[in-house]
Amino acid sequence: MHLELSGLTKSFGSLVANDQIDLVISPGEIHCLLGENGAGKSTLMNMLYGLLQPDSGEIVIDGEKVAITSPSDAIKHRIGMVHQHFMLVPVFTVAENIMLGRENTHPGGVLDRKKANALVTELSERYGFEVNPEAMVEDIPVGVQQRVEIIKALTNDARVLILDEPTAVLTPAEIDELIAVMRQLKENGTSIVFITHKLKEVKAIADKITVIRRGKVVGQAEPSASEEELAELMVGRAVDLVVDKEPAQPGEPVLRIEGLTVIDERGFTAVDGVDLEVRAGEILAVAGVQGNGQTELAEALLGLTPIAAGRISLDGKDLTGVTTRQRLDAGIGYIPEDRGHDGFVGSFSVAENLVLDLFRREPFGKGLRLRTDEIEKNANERIEEFDIRTQGADLPVSSLSGGNQQKVVLARELSRPVKLLVASQPTRGVDVGSIEFLHTRIVKERDQGTAVLIVSTELDEIAALSDRVAVMYRGKVVGVVPSDTPRDELGLMMAGVPRTEAHEVAIENPTTLGTI
Amino acid sequence: MSTDTTTEPAQVPAGPGDQSRRSGLPSWAVQGLVSLSAILLALLVGAVLIIIGDDQVKAALGYFGAAPMDTFSAAFSAVGNAYKALAVGALGGVTPITESLTAATPLICGGLAVSLAFRTGLFNIGAQGQLIVGAILAAWVGFAWHLPPGIHLIAAILAGLVGGAIWGGVVGLLKARTGAHEVIVTIMLNYVAIYLLQWLLTTTTFKRPGREDPISPIVDANAQYPQFGSTRLHVGFFLALAAAAFVWWLLNRSTIGFELRAVGANADASRTAGMSVGRAYFIAMLVAGALAGLAGSQQVLGTDLPLTDGVAASVGFDSITVALLGRGTPLGTVLAGLLFGALNAGGLQMQLQTQTPLTLTTVLQAVIVLFVAAPALVRSVFRFLPKERGVGAVLAKGWNG
Repeated sequence: MHLELSGLTKSFGSLVANDQIDLVISPGEIHCLLGENGAGKSTLMNMLYGLLQPDSGEIVIDGEKVAITSPSDAIKHRIGMVHQHFMLVPVFTVAENIMLGRENTHPGGVLDRKKANALVTELSERYGFEVNPEAMVEDIPVGVQQRVEIIKALTNDARVLILDEPTAVLTPAEIDELIAVMRQLKENGTSIVFITHKLKEVKAIADKITVIRRGKVVGQAEPSASEEELAELMVGRAVDLVVDKEPAQPGEPVLRIEGLTVIDERGFTAVDGVDLEVRAGEILAVAGVQGNGQTELAEALLGLTPIAAGRISLDGKDLTGVTTRQRLDAGIGYIPEDRGHDGFVGSFSVAENLVLDLFRREPFGKGLRLRTDEIEKNANERIEEFDIRTQGADLPVSSLSGGNQQKVVLARELSRPVKLLVASQPTRGVDVGSIEFLHTRIVKERDQGTAVLIVSTELDEIAALSDRVAVMYRGKVVGVVPSDTPRDELGLMMAGVPRTEAHEVAIENPTTLGTI
Repeated sequence: MSTDTTTEPAQVPAGPGDQSRRSGLPSWAVQGLVSLSAILLALLVGAVLIIIGDDQVKAALGYFGAAPMDTFSAAFSAVGNAYKALAVGALGGVTPITESLTAATPLICGGLAVSLAFRTGLFNIGAQGQLIVGAILAAWVGFAWHLPPGIHLIAAILAGLVGGAIWGGVVGLLKARTGAHEVIVTIMLNYVAIYLLQWLLTTTTFKRPGREDPISPIVDANAQYPQFGSTRLHVGFFLALAAAAFVWWLLNRSTIGFELRAVGANADASRTAGMSVGRAYFIAMLVAGALAGLAGSQQVLGTDLPLTDGVAASVGFDSITVALLGRGTPLGTVLAGLLFGALNAGGLQMQLQTQTPLTLTTVLQAVIVLFVAAPALVRSVFRFLPKERGVGAVLAKGWNG
C-alpha cells in the first residue's frame, strides 16, 4: 500500500502543531519518524489514524484521496496503530482481547472462543510471535502484550502499522525481539511507521528517516547517518551527546540502605531486601526495566511509601520512619519520576512551584506570613540560573515545556543545601536540549560533593551519568557494576541474569542495539 | 482584593488541545463573563416559567386565534411586572437594600465556608450542620449567660465559631485519619445536627419556659448584633466582609493558605514536597466550620433572636450554590452572596405584588448555578465566550475531591 500525506496542517489556537507536512510511505518500508517530545509526531499520526482532523492537506492511499474521520475509517483503509499505552483489558485472555468489538458468536449469543484462539495461533505462527491465546493479558510480560496489540492491528488486515514509541517499556532483549517482528512484518509487505526519539533504535531498524522539528519536516536522513547528525537535525543545533565529566572522587558514604523491603498496595513485594550505599561525590544509577521496584525504592527513601523492613540512614542519622518533611529537611533533594503528578502543582505559578517545599522557611515564610516579594525575587534568580524558559514567573508551570518544568523541579531541589539528590527518570519526556543542561547540572552537583542516586530506565542516560550502576530486577539488586559495563551485559542483568553469567552470554549473543 | 492568577485547579500539563479556545482575557474576567451569562440565561428561563404560570397569559391564550397579540402583550407584562417587583424589592430604597444585605450576611459566611474547603480540594456539603451547631452554642451563650455589653456578644460569637469548628473539624479529622469521604460525612453530620437541634429544643435547658413549641428564650440584648436604626441590618454584615478579607489573606498571603491551595490543586505533589495532606484537610475543615458557625451566630444573634428548629432555614445549602457561583474565591463569594441575598429579599416583594411565587427565585438561583457548573452549556449559547480553565472547571467536574 502506498500512503502519501501532503501538506497536512493542524493548529491548536495560535500553536501550529503540524505545518505543511509531506510524507510518503512506500509498501514494505520501515519509516522512522524522529523528533523531540512536542515536535508534532503524535499529532501527525493521530490525524492519520482519524483521531484528529487536519485543518488542510490531504491523505492519499494508492493514488486515491481519502478522508479519515475516525479510527474505524482508518481501520477500513487498513491503517493500524499501536499506542504507547496499550489498549488491552488486563483481566481478559489474549484471544478475548483480540475478539473484543468483533465477537463471533454461536447461535444464541454464546462467544466462539475457539475461532478467536485459532486466529491468534495462526497469526502468531505466521509471524513467529509466540503468543499463547489463552494467557491472561495481565500475566504476560509487557513485550508480549505489545505483540498482542500488533496482532490486534493485523487481524484488521493493517497494511500500514503505526508504532508510537514502542520501545519505551521494553528491555533491550525485548527491543531486539520487536525489531525481529518488525522485519517479519516488513517482509510480508506491511509498512511500518515507527515513532521515536531514540537515535540508536532509528539507526538499527529504519529504512528511511524523516525528522520533524516544531511541527515541520526539517529533513530526511539515511540510517547510516551518525547519531550526532541525527540529533542535530532533531534539535536544530549541534548537541553534545556525551556529558563531560571527570572521574568521581567518592568520599564518605552518605546514604546507607540496609535490607529495605517494600510491600506495595496489592500485596506484592516491590522492593526485596535491598542493600545499597551512595558515597559523597558519586553518582549511583539504579538501572532496570520499568516496574522492577525502582520507583518504590525512591519513594521509600523519601518516606512516601511505607516500608515493611529495613533501615535507611543519611550521614549516619537514622531516617527510617520519619516524615517526608523531616527527610527533606535532613538534606534529601528529590526529583520524582512523574513530575506532573508528584513534582509540581500545575496550576501554581513558576514562582510558587519554586518554593513548594521551601515556603515555610525564611525568607519566604515568616511565621504565618507568606513573603510574596521574596518568592518572586527567588523565582527571578532561579529562572536566570537554570535557564528556565518562561514568559514570566507568574505563569502556571503547566504552560511550560516538559524540559522547563523539569528545570523548575531541579532548581527547587537544589536551592537548599542537599547532601543527597534522588532523581527518578530525570530526563523522561524532556527535549534533547534540556537533557544536556539537566545532565550537566547533576554532574556539577556531584562534583560539589553531593551523593547522587539516579533511577533510570534509559541505558544511554545511565552510561552518560553513572559512576556505578546497580541493576534491579523484581525488587532485588542483581548486582552493582562499574559504569563502563557493556550495554548487552546490563541488558541481561536487567532481565535477571546474574552478573558473571550475563558477561559470558553477552559476548556470545550480541544484540542489535548493543553492537551499534 | 482581586482574584490572582493562582486560582486554577490541578491540571496535567496543558496539551495543545487545551489551547484551542483560550483568549487573552485574564481568568477572572472569563469567569465573570461566564457568571454574567449564566445569570442572563437564568432570567430567560425564569421568564418562560413566569409566562407559563401567569393566569392572564393563559386567558389570552384561550382566544389566541382571534387576537394573538393579546397573548404576547400579556406575557410581556407578566414578565416585566415580576422582574420589576423583584428589582424594586431588592434595591428600591433603604429598606429593600438593607433587607438584601441582611439576607446576604449568612450566605456570605456560609459561602466562604464552602469556598475555603473547595480550594483545599474538599466538597463541604456540611455548612448546614456546621451552621446549626454554631447557632446552638451561640444561642445558648446568648440566653443562658449574662455578661456585660460587648463582652457578651463576643463570647456568643466565639461560641458559634467553636461550635461550627467542632462540627467541621470532625470531618477533617476523619478524612485525614481514615480517608472517610467528606461528602458522605458532612451529609450525615447535617442530619445529626438537625435532629440534635430538634431534641435540644425539647430539653429544659433550651426550651422557653411556658412554651410548648420548640423555641428557646430570646438571647440577651447584650448578646445581639447591634442593628442599624430601624432596619434589620446588623453588624454581622461587616463581620462577614471582614471574614471574606480574612479568607483572602489566609489563602493568598499566609503559609497555611499556600499549603491548603497546594493540597487542593495537587495533593500528591504536596505530599512529595513534604506537606501533610491530612493536616491541611483538618485545618481547612476547622476554619470552614468556624465560618459556617459565624453564619449560625448571625442567624440567631442578628435576625432570629430565639433559637428555633428553623434557624438555619436552607442557608447552609444555599451556601454551596453561593460558593459555586463565586468560583471558590472570597471576592466572588461575597458578590454571589449579595446577589442571592437580593434575590431572596426581592422575591418576597415579587410574591406580594405579582402573585409570582417566591419559589421562582429559588429556581433562578438553581438555574444560575446549573449554568455556572456547566460552562460548556453557557458557551454553546454564547459562542463568543472563551474557554475557561478556572476553579469553575473543577467545580463542574465533580465530587470526587
